[in-house]
Amino acid sequence: MNIYIDAEKCTGCQLCVKACPYSAIQMAEGLATITEACTLCGGCVSVCPVDAIIWEAPAVEEVDTSDYQGVWVIGEVGEDGLAGVTWELLGKGRELAEDLNTELSLVVLGDEAGELAQKAAQSGPDRVFYAEDPALACYRTGTYTDVISGLINKHKPEIVLFGATEQGRDLAPRIAVRIKTGLTADCTGLEIDPEERLLVQTRPAFGGNIMARIITRNHRPQMATVRPRVMQRLQSQPEHGAEIVEVPVSFNETSIMTRIIDIAHDEAAGQVNLQDAEIIVSGGRGLKKPENFAIIRELADALGAVVGASRPTVDDGWIAPYHQVGQTGSTVQPRLYIACGISGAVQHLAGMSGADCIVAINSDPAAPIFEVAHYGIVGDVFEVVPALTEIVREELGSG
Amino acid sequence: MDIVVCIKQVPDTSEVSIDPETNTLVREGVPSIINPYDENAIEVGLQLKEEHGGTVTALSMGPPQAEEALRQALAMGCDEAILISDRAFAGSDTLATSYVLAEAIRKVDSYDLIICGKQAFDGDTAQVGPGIAEQLGIPQATYAVDVKVDENRIAVKRLLAGSFETIEMKLPALITADKHMNVPRHAGLRGVMAARKKEIPTWTLEDIEADPEKCGLSGSPTTVVEIFPPQRSHKTERLEGEAQQVARQLVEKLREAQLL
Ligand SMILES: Cc1cc2nc3c(=O)[nH]c(=O)nc-3n(C[C@H](O)[C@H](O)[C@H](O)COP(=O)(O)OP(=O)(O)OC[C@H]3O[C@@H](n4cnc5c(N)ncnc54)[C@H](O)[C@@H]3O)c2cc1C
Ligand SMILES: Cc1cc2nc3c(=O)[nH]c(=O)nc-3n(C[C@H](O)[C@H](O)[C@H](O)COP(=O)(O)OP(=O)(O)OC[C@H]3O[C@@H](n4cnc5c(N)ncnc54)[C@H](O)[C@@H]3O)c2cc1C
Ligand code: SF4
Ligand code: SF4
Repeated sequence: MNIYIDAEKCTGCQLCVKACPYSAIQMAEGLATITEACTLCGGCVSVCPVDAIIWEAPAVEEVDTSDYQGVWVIGEVGEDGLAGVTWELLGKGRELAEDLNTELSLVVLGDEAGELAQKAAQSGPDRVFYAEDPALACYRTGTYTDVISGLINKHKPEIVLFGATEQGRDLAPRIAVRIKTGLTADCTGLEIDPEERLLVQTRPAFGGNIMARIITRNHRPQMATVRPRVMQRLQSQPEHGAEIVEVPVSFNETSIMTRIIDIAHDEAAGQVNLQDAEIIVSGGRGLKKPENFAIIRELADALGAVVGASRPTVDDGWIAPYHQVGQTGSTVQPRLYIACGISGAVQHLAGMSGADCIVAINSDPAAPIFEVAHYGIVGDVFEVVPALTEIVREELGSG
Repeated sequence: MDIVVCIKQVPDTSEVSIDPETNTLVREGVPSIINPYDENAIEVGLQLKEEHGGTVTALSMGPPQAEEALRQALAMGCDEAILISDRAFAGSDTLATSYVLAEAIRKVDSYDLIICGKQAFDGDTAQVGPGIAEQLGIPQATYAVDVKVDENRIAVKRLLAGSFETIEMKLPALITADKHMNVPRHAGLRGVMAARKKEIPTWTLEDIEADPEKCGLSGSPTTVVEIFPPQRSHKTERLEGEAQQVARQLVEKLREAQLL
């Protein structure tokens, strides 16, 4: 066991019993004992007022990490050029590279990666690696893992950042396992500990109820997926020319394990792009009837927004499933989120509390949604929402 | 076809919170549940078995009480359930977890398809599924909402932001199940009774012949050094008055903040 309770110190206050999310601490003869259920999550250690919970970190073997240099960003290609999240990663990557006094590199893959590399080279990174091949036209787990793992093994960066997007979250864990290093998921904060030259990664867990700081001490590179829309984009630096490095690749289509058969933008099936939405207007059970989603749609149309929904409205068939926001729906990060007739249950908040600005419209002044809202309107959705739609139409001249 | 479903027992996060004074998790009677996405994983496994025959085996790595989750999987209709449990596994990050699960899967008689949930409610990383696939050197399809198996190939429809992508892979392969995939069945009384009688073997480090250096804390490159409650940096501004009035106020505020 790497965690135990110092019986000499324990006062039997039971604070740790309450703190353990896995019910792993029991009281025996007035003293706390840690049972087999413990997952070594560390949650109890700091709660003990008398420092009776001893956490023995595994022996730190000194690993020479000095071979590893530089900060890398794994680029993602969007509809026109590099995806927004890639610019955000470059912005953060530049900061980290400055703190470490090292270089910032970008990696781009695709069938027209050369052109993208040329463009990107004008605007920030010190080096751009690109691999161009028809087989790389669409993201595929296998091909991208092969190319990027190979590059990392060869050039040994100390930090590699991915977007915590569908692509990044599919790709990064494969690469981490292939090169046997740590990967921190869905980070919302990254900074350098200057003394140890370590990347300190902050991320939400337990559905956003807690934040954790995570480090990768003895393995390199230190890898993280980073939540989109959190970091500041890199301001383009036109005078700054980067070195461009072409990475030779060749593929044998028959040995690639997957084939893309179809990509459908299926609006008819109710598919919506909540993840990339700038503004979301969401409706909840406060709408009372399925047809009342019409007032939500009207406001959304006026604002050029996407319609979101709470889970019960989806479960009851008021709206198509893909509109659901929350822990078992989409995690969204819009600039503006307007919650209408939504109580603000933790599972809903888990999906939207990262919005830059939250507006809540709810008739119950005690609804928990008001605790996360920037602007709270206590009122009837059937009055406030249509009024808003009208004013937005007037002011923005839309609709 | 033989299917392995990986399930994780998790604390019901809707009841986990942070004590603002001590900065620690407050649990007090938080019940344990099967990770909700893993129920979708079990469901699709059972449906594929109904269609194509074969077996569904549920695996869970965790402390002894994870047996409850496995018992529930049996009650839903899984044929076998195996608990992967050893002190040496405690503190595993996703690299170590996927290593242990992959070693256990190698010990299962045969497998054509491995199904995981999209992500776990507690750790929330979504890294274990792809990790297992890489450990085993098989292809993967994450965010699956539909599957069709034809002999030794599987076509998987993936739910992406604003689109569906359908990819085809050779079996054996791994998929991670989205919630939109299906509605998990409830275990019937017969299932619950039958599950009660079934034996759930426990496989230890030795049983799966895993390298202790690659498990638990020693096999985990990442370390959680601190946990704390999410900070709330803003106050709520309440807007009051007639609907028209508050609506106008709000639009003005949003314009000032350049949100419109
Ligand atoms: C495992 C699990 C996963 C879950 N995942 C999700 C998820 O992903 N997303 C999600 O949303 N939920 C999820 N839930 C459900 C969640 O716990 C809540 O039940 C749900 O979010 C509540 O939805 P609601 O706010 O629309 O409804 P309610 O909680 O019923 O709230 C309705 C609100 O409308 C207000 N209201 C009523 N009439 C009016 C009116 N005329 N004008 C203004 N306001 C009015 C009420 O005051 C109330 O606050 C999950 C639950 C579990 C157990
Ligand atoms: C606060 C906190 C933050 C953490 N952050 C990180 C991090 O950033 N990086 C990291 O590497 N580790 C992290 N960990 C450790 C991580 O939670 C554990 O490794 C955990 O065992 C698996 O990760 P997960 O819960 O995210 O599972 P996910 O990868 O989200 O699980 C996906 C699916 O994999 C399967 N699965 C997962 N675990 C098991 C299991 N034990 N048995 C059977 N099937 C399973 C299930 O099908 C599940 O639906 C963190 C732990 C804590 C407490
Ligand atoms: S380390 Fe985590 S699981 Fe273990 S006793 Fe402490 S809080 Fe509970
Ligand atoms: S918090 Fe510390 S003193 Fe209190 S019961 Fe737990 S170990 Fe003992």
